[in-house]
Amino acid sequence: MILNTITNGVVLDHIQAGGAMDIYKALNLDKLGCQVAIIKNATSVKMGRKDILKICEPIDINLDVLGYLAPGVTVNIIKDGKVAERRHIDPPETIKDVIRCTNPRCITSIEQELPNIFKLTDKENLVYRCIYCESKCKKHGDIK
Amino acid sequence: MRSLIDIKELSTQEIDELIAVAKDIISDPAKYSEKCKGKKLATLFYEASTRTRLSFEAAMYELGGNVLGFSSADNSSASKGESVADTVRVCSGYADIIAMRHPKEGAPLVASMHSLVPIINAGDGGHNHPTQTLTDLLTINREKGRFENLVVGLCGDLKFGRTVHSLIGAMARYNNVKFVLISPDELKVPSYIKQELDKDGVEYVETRSLEDAIPELDILYMTRVQRERFFNEEDYLRLKDTYILNMSKLEKAKEDLSILHPLPRVNEISVEIDNDKRACYFEQALNGKYIRMALIMKLLGVE
Ligand SMILES: [Zn+2]
Repeated sequence: MILNTITNGVVLDHIQAGGAMDIYKALNLDKLGCQVAIIKNATSVKMGRKDILKICEPIDINLDVLGYLAPGVTVNIIKDGKVAERRHIDPPETIKDVIRCTNPRCITSIEQELPNIFKLTDKENLVYRCIYCESKCKKHGDIK
Repeated sequence: MRSLIDIKELSTQEIDELIAVAKDIISDPAKYSEKCKGKKLATLFYEASTRTRLSFEAAMYELGGNVLGFSSADNSSASKGESVADTVRVCSGYADIIAMRHPKEGAPLVASMHSLVPIINAGDGGHNHPTQTLTDLLTINREKGRFENLVVGLCGDLKFGRTVHSLIGAMARYNNVKFVLISPDELKVPSYIKQELDKDGVEYVETRSLEDAIPELDILYMTRVQRERFFNEEDYLRLKDTYILNMSKLEKAKEDLSILHPLPRVNEISVEIDNDKRACYFEQALNGKYIRMALIMKLLGVE
């Protein structure tokens, strides 16, 4: 299968089962011309079931988007058929213009050119809050 | 250069210092009458709040400084669609310090990111209002001479009243403070605040009855129960009188109870109480001017 024969590209591993499509959309992988494989419900020793994304082209991944959507994911950079780099992605402390504040009382609701910045305020429960109004973001719902 | 957007930015030591300066101003105002000579405060009020604006302006005048600004969005550049960032970039060239009131949450933070001079948040929607909290703290300290070992009752709308939330956060820093949270079920303190109190081991009780709670209180902080917070008129009418403080409810209170209210009041404190020695809300308003004087000096780096 082509999945095992990436020469140059990126493999996103250890995605929570069911999470691959969200990441596919948020990273705009639909815009790519190359082959992209979405593997759902693969067997995992650690996770039971997991999703995997394989991208057959060396692309820059927005790690803020990825870390926010899928904390704990592993990014494998494939060069010449080998894993050249493997990175475990932690949830980012700050995310800029990844999600949008939906609080109608927030200053960002009337000043659209302001950057939407969220800070990780609760590491245990992965709660992000808008730096302006301190509203909690609704997970996944507000992706820009 | 330092701004004040949220009361949480101030350490306990800094709050104590501000209180000490404010008390010194009260005891010897003449000593401070030229501290800010030649300095200007801009009051950028995107929504009317006459009380808060006058308090800031009086504070600056009593420090020997001058004041400029606007008092509603209608007659300012905001009505022409200028962003907060642009307005502040311009105004920080005209003034040494800015007090900003804005109906949208976070506007003063945006201002502080683009200003060349300190920004004081004079209220951003229902979000933060740090100078109100400082005012409340100065009042409690002047009344009681301490922050420790107090039973603090908060009554009325404890759900939406951010002033209440900030005061709880600030008072919880001190030893042996117990909170009595008095409200209808619909307007109870949000659970995240109770979780923080639990985490820090701060004692609190929740009750619906002001009458039952009143005997043990050292401080009673009253707030307004607003009609628009209720789903139906019936609930509002049923509850509103329960949270009105009058002489008969005060009968069982301590002799040295201190009654606070951020003002303006509507009817939640009966006027018959105004002359009782336990009523502190008008002194509280005056304290607002003194603590703002101390804050302006601190942020301007005036000794
Ligand atoms: Zn916001």
